[in-house]
This record gives sequence, structure tokens and C-alpha cells, in this order.
Amino acid sequence: MPKQQANWSPYDNNGGTCVAIAGADYCVIAADTRMSTGYSILTRDYSKIIQLADKSVMASSGFQADVRALQKVLAARHLIYQHQHNKQMSCPAMAQLLSNTLYFKRFFPYYAFNVLGGLDSEGKGCVFTYDAVGSYERVGYSAQGSGATLITPFLDNQLKSPSPLLLPAKDAVTPLSEIEAIDLVKTCFASATERDIYTGDKVEMLVLNANGIRREVMELRKD
Amino acid sequence: MSRFEESAPAKGGFSFDLCKRNEMLVQKGLKPSSYLKTGTTIVGLVFQDGVILGADTRATEGPIVADKNCEKIHYMAPNIYCCGAGTAADTEAVTDMVSSQLKLHRFHTGRESRVVTALTLLKSHLFSYQGHVSAALVLGGVDVTGPHLHTIYPHGSTDTLPFATMGSGSLAAMAIFESKYREGLTRDEGVKLVAEAISSGIFNDLGSGSNVDVCVITKGKREYLRNYMLPNPRTYVSQKGYSFSKKTEVLMTKITPLRELVEVIEGGDAMEE
Repeated sequence: MPKQQANWSPYDNNGGTCVAIAGADYCVIAADTRMSTGYSILTRDYSKIIQLADKSVMASSGFQADVRALQKVLAARHLIYQHQHNKQMSCPAMAQLLSNTLYFKRFFPYYAFNVLGGLDSEGKGCVFTYDAVGSYERVGYSAQGSGATLITPFLDNQLKSPSPLLLPAKDAVTPLSEIEAIDLVKTCFASATERDIYTGDKVEMLVLNANGIRREVMELRKD
Repeated sequence: MSRFEESAPAKGGFSFDLCKRNEMLVQKGLKPSSYLKTGTTIVGLVFQDGVILGADTRATEGPIVADKNCEKIHYMAPNIYCCGAGTAADTEAVTDMVSSQLKLHRFHTGRESRVVTALTLLKSHLFSYQGHVSAALVLGGVDVTGPHLHTIYPHGSTDTLPFATMGSGSLAAMAIFESKYREGLTRDEGVKLVAEAISSGIFNDLGSGSNVDVCVITKGKREYLRNYMLPNPRTYVSQKGYSFSKKTEVLMTKITPLRELVEVIEGGDAMEE
């Protein structure tokens, strides 16, 4: 009998796309609500977004079982922090915690592609983007998941500073207003849905600003 | 058709000479190029006056939609149409080829083509390629012997059925057919059922999507209803639109002039043969 390879994988990909955009005094985090496996849809109404602290919101695509486990770990750690420090974690602090949590499982990773958004201590929008093992960077905008390759070039065109070599360097956050940023996010998802089979059904958008947090849902193509 | 005399490479067809080299490249880490598969839901059913064929219109390349509105119901003869699932190039090529063969046969015999003729031509072609031509077809038509509906698998086997589905969305569509099909449907009932089965594939299978195409074939008449249903309009179009004013950034301009004068030396060395 020829040598048999292991053909059971502990991971599955449930698809989906997440996007976050940082503004001068707001942050938009959005994710579609479709959960799929292979060519089938598991549910059309699954939220990939979780609010970890009052100014930190995380969206994750990938393997939702690992995402759910990761969310639980972060929520527990945040609760402990609140007990020890008598305050909520700031978004940059949560960003570091997420990175450490991911790297802790460096040799059996969380199959989760995360994007963390929120307001920093000055009230400016911040977005942190991660890979599966915790490498992270603060950016002005980010997309992760199956539709990321379709959305990122569009956001680069609309939001990116022309070149890091041109001075003066533009700030990481976009000068767009909140309304314009939401319009951009809706366009991104409507377009990604047209061409990516794993993105669709609905898009859930959370907007954080000085007044608090607001949630909006938009219908997408269901095919 | 005297195919047996010609050797495969001379006439086309598959030559397996590069298989060993491809294996070696894959082992070295080269990923084989992907081809366009149709994903797909295709169906056919027999009703009281003839056959109805249906198909979705999405063509996928892995997880990306390559064509949002492609045509999967192919013309074979005025009274015969064929839906194709699998590799798009294979379904196109094989249906075009058999369609041409049927036309020549019509000239030869002076008669209307029969569905079993198309069936035999398709199945023997697919069998001879041992499944490498990845075409799964639903063939339907009405000829002098009556209405016919067949499914043809990539390896060359066929079935004759009153209702059939193929493609990645075949289970979703077959669930509808098994619940609601009965013999002796009218034209409107049949079209409605076919559209429902294709919709089931479109919404529940990720490999199928966009619109519903329907083709109704009866004795002496066929109606090709392209985009019979469009249940998936674009959900959001930005009011203000977007401009793409950013061109490529020019960071540096340097002009290197080419040499202006070229000297011709008389009596130089002649060019080597």
C-alpha cells in the first residue's frame, strides 16, 4: 500500500470580507454577514464584528470557530484589565493584546484574518491590520478576507497618499467625511459581491465616533 | 469519420508527452494554471409539448466570478439545444463541434436532426477522451420521434430522463424537481418550475448565480428566452460616483538621447551565412 498522507485538516474557511477605514474623528468597521463552507451557504446572517471595548471594534474573517475562540479570549482579558486598572483598554492597547494573543499560538494559529478599528486616546480614528500570527501595523484603512484583493486596489486609489517619497507625507487617516466614508464602504461591498462568490447577503457597518457607536445594515446580492 | 487512421498529434487531440515534465514541475513547487469552470446549475425537463432547458449565467474561476452573464444553453440544431457544465472551453468546443457535424449530416440526409444522433456524437467524443474533456451536458430537443432529454457525463455515460440537473447546483435544483415535477406539465407550469429550480441553484449554490436563461423546444418551434429572470440587480450604486484622477506618479524624468549618426563602413565583412 503506498504511503498515505493525512487528509484531515483542523481548519475550514468560512469566507467573508472585512473592511475598516479611519477618519479624523470617526472609524468605520464593516463586514459581510455570509458564512459559507465549500460551495454551500451555512447562514446569511452571521456577524463577524465584535465590540471588545468602548472604543475598539474587531472584525474577523476566516475560520469562524477560531474567530469565536479568539473573541472569547480577548473579552476575558479585557475584563481582567478592567478589574486591575479600573478603566477600559484603549484601542492601541487592545491592538497589542490581539497581536500577543495571536502570536501565542504561533505553531497552531488561529485561522483568523483580523482588522481592528476604533478611536485612539486623542479621539482620532485608528485601524490596525493583522495577519494570522499577529504581525500588525497601524494604517489608515484595510481590507481582509476573500474579497480583500478586490477591495484593496479600489481603496488604494481613493484613499492612499500618492507616494511615501513625496513630501510632505500625508497623514494615515483619510480627510473624507463620515458620510463619504460610509458611501465608499457600501460601494466596496456591492462591487466585491459582484465578483467574489464568498461575499454577499448583507453588510453590517459599525461607526465609532465621539457620540458613541452606530450600526447600519445594507442588503447585498444573495446569489 | 475516419479517425482511426490518423495519429493523435498530427490531427490534434491530447498528447501526453509533457505529463512527466509537468509532474516534475509540480513537485518543484509550480502551481498548475487554473481554467475557467462554469460552477453552474443546468436543468432540463420534459413537458406535454416538448422539452424545457434552463441554466444560470455565472462563470467562475476559483472563487472569482469571471463572467456575470455568460450563455450556457448552446445551439446544436434548430430543434436541439444543449446546456453545458464543467470547463467552459470544453463545453463550448464540444457543442460547436457536434453542431457542425449535425449540420453536415442534415445536408447529407436531407432530414431534421435527431436528438439521439447528437447524443451518440457527444458521448463517443467524450468517451474517447476518457474524461479529460470536462463537459457535463444536458441535451434536449424535439424530433420526429418525439421529445427527448438526456444527460451526458464527462466520461461518456448517458442517461435518458424526464427531468435532469447537472453542475455544482444540481442538488439544489433537483430538490425542487423532486418535490414539484409531474408528468404532463403545461408550458407555463414547466417554465415556472425550471425557473424555480435554477433560482434554487443561484441562491443556494455559490458556484451559480446572476440570471436565469430558459429555452423552450416544441415540435417545429423553439423559444430561446435569454435572461428570462434577472433576480440579482446590483444593490448599491453610489449617487455621487467616483473619479479616478490619480495617474501614475512621476518621481523622476531623465532623457537619454539615442545616437543620431550611424556610420556605414564600406567594404566591411559580409554577413555570415
